[in-house]
Amino acid sequence: MPSIGLYRNKLLAALSITLLLAIWQGLALFLRSPTLPTPAIVAATFWQATMSGELPYHLGVTLLRLIISFSLAMLIGCAIGIILGNNKTLDAFFDNWLVIFLNIPALVTIILCYVWFGLVESAAILAVVVNKLPNVIVTIREGARALDKDLLEMAQSYRFSKRKTFLHVIWPQLHPFVMAATRSGLALIWKIILVVELLGRSNGMGYQLHIFFQLFDVASLLAYSFAFIAVIQLIEILVLKPLDRKTQRWRR
Amino acid sequence: MSDIRINISNKTYVLAHDTEQFHHAIADLDFTVHPQQFVCLVGPSGCGKTTLLNMIAGLDPHFEGQINIGQATQSPTIGYVFQNPRLLPWLTVRQNIEIVFDDKPPTSLIDNLLDNMQLFDAQHQYPERLSLGMQRRVSISRAFAINPDILLMDEPFVSLDAPTARQVRRLLYSLWQKRPHTVLFVTHDLREAIALADRLIFLSPSPMRIVSDIEVPIAREQRTDEGCVEAFREQLLQNHPKISELL
Repeated sequence: MPSIGLYRNKLLAALSITLLLAIWQGLALFLRSPTLPTPAIVAATFWQATMSGELPYHLGVTLLRLIISFSLAMLIGCAIGIILGNNKTLDAFFDNWLVIFLNIPALVTIILCYVWFGLVESAAILAVVVNKLPNVIVTIREGARALDKDLLEMAQSYRFSKRKTFLHVIWPQLHPFVMAATRSGLALIWKIILVVELLGRSNGMGYQLHIFFQLFDVASLLAYSFAFIAVIQLIEILVLKPLDRKTQRWRR
Repeated sequence: MSDIRINISNKTYVLAHDTEQFHHAIADLDFTVHPQQFVCLVGPSGCGKTTLLNMIAGLDPHFEGQINIGQATQSPTIGYVFQNPRLLPWLTVRQNIEIVFDDKPPTSLIDNLLDNMQLFDAQHQYPERLSLGMQRRVSISRAFAINPDILLMDEPFVSLDAPTARQVRRLLYSLWQKRPHTVLFVTHDLREAIALADRLIFLSPSPMRIVSDIEVPIAREQRTDEGCVEAFREQLLQNHPKISELL
């Protein structure tokens, strides 16, 4: 029965988390070092930072940057990906550009953006977008190349408008690729965003982590990290999973 | 609705882009289909029948010649039943029919159609959960729903088992009698062609041209009689020995 399987999986997940915490606790007690605080100390730090409003503020700032740069990268990336996937000449022309941009280290783009545009918000966002964009383009391009010609012909013979063709014939086929780009994108962007903040902003998670590093404040460092991981998990559970279920319900 | 005039002098396509090998698909094809005529195009597989339907549907504009359909002022509506059903898998049966309308889809007309095609109970299901026979019926319903001036059907019953094919053929026929359109029906089943068509056009292997153009004089009410269809078939094959080579 599925309910028993579900129950068993939840139990397993709880057990594995407990085991991880137990190992951490054991190690911390054994080492007795300020560089590895116990889970209880980290939890207390988390609580304090939340109550003082410091953690929510920096987390909020970073999330805002994440949403803006993610949306820009997805929007521009989808548009370019669809165009390249459908146009062999443009694709052949820009393929080298893509390979170059895919292989520029994130740190280089970040430094270049700050050098060229100054230590400003738009430079930070631009650095993240430029880092993420090639990945989105490559993923969506694959999807656009794999579009079902039969269905496009059907749409053409029944005189579908361009809008209707895009919404009901093309977009549902691209959806799995968009979701893949979204998932890998979120994971990539939040890592890059911390470096961007560390190097050139005076707020956000990256900036805070930088300060904790200078103060050797490992408890705060861990507390902030867990808060961030929790938020990303929540996005997956509350937004991406339900979206998947809703749009994939036609599959057998 | 006026005649469909098909006059194609040449249709070739490239087989492989690197070797520039050409396939000569159609040469000098010239015929006219009258309004509300049910025409069966019979020919061996690979002779270019699907290519011809695609050209009429406007999906393949690369050919030498002309296809004139109806009035010059207004482009005719075309219902196309493809060889595979080509339903949108993320839409339900009903949505797949509704989507071909630009405005609000006519509820009662679609209800009627679903009922006629025995799809009413399956209307909220997704295509992948249906049998191929049901998917084909959805695809035929979709083509009928827009009340097309021209109905193009590309072997719509191939790979259906005989009883299902017979059932869908009957449904198609009764729908067509209620609302006659011009039909171009591709098949290589001569019995099926005789049972359905006003006129049979036999086509040669590529480059495709017309081998024979024959009216079917059997009265509509006699078409369901298999003996009658069989007798006509045998007579046809006797009088036109070339035809049997095409089947």
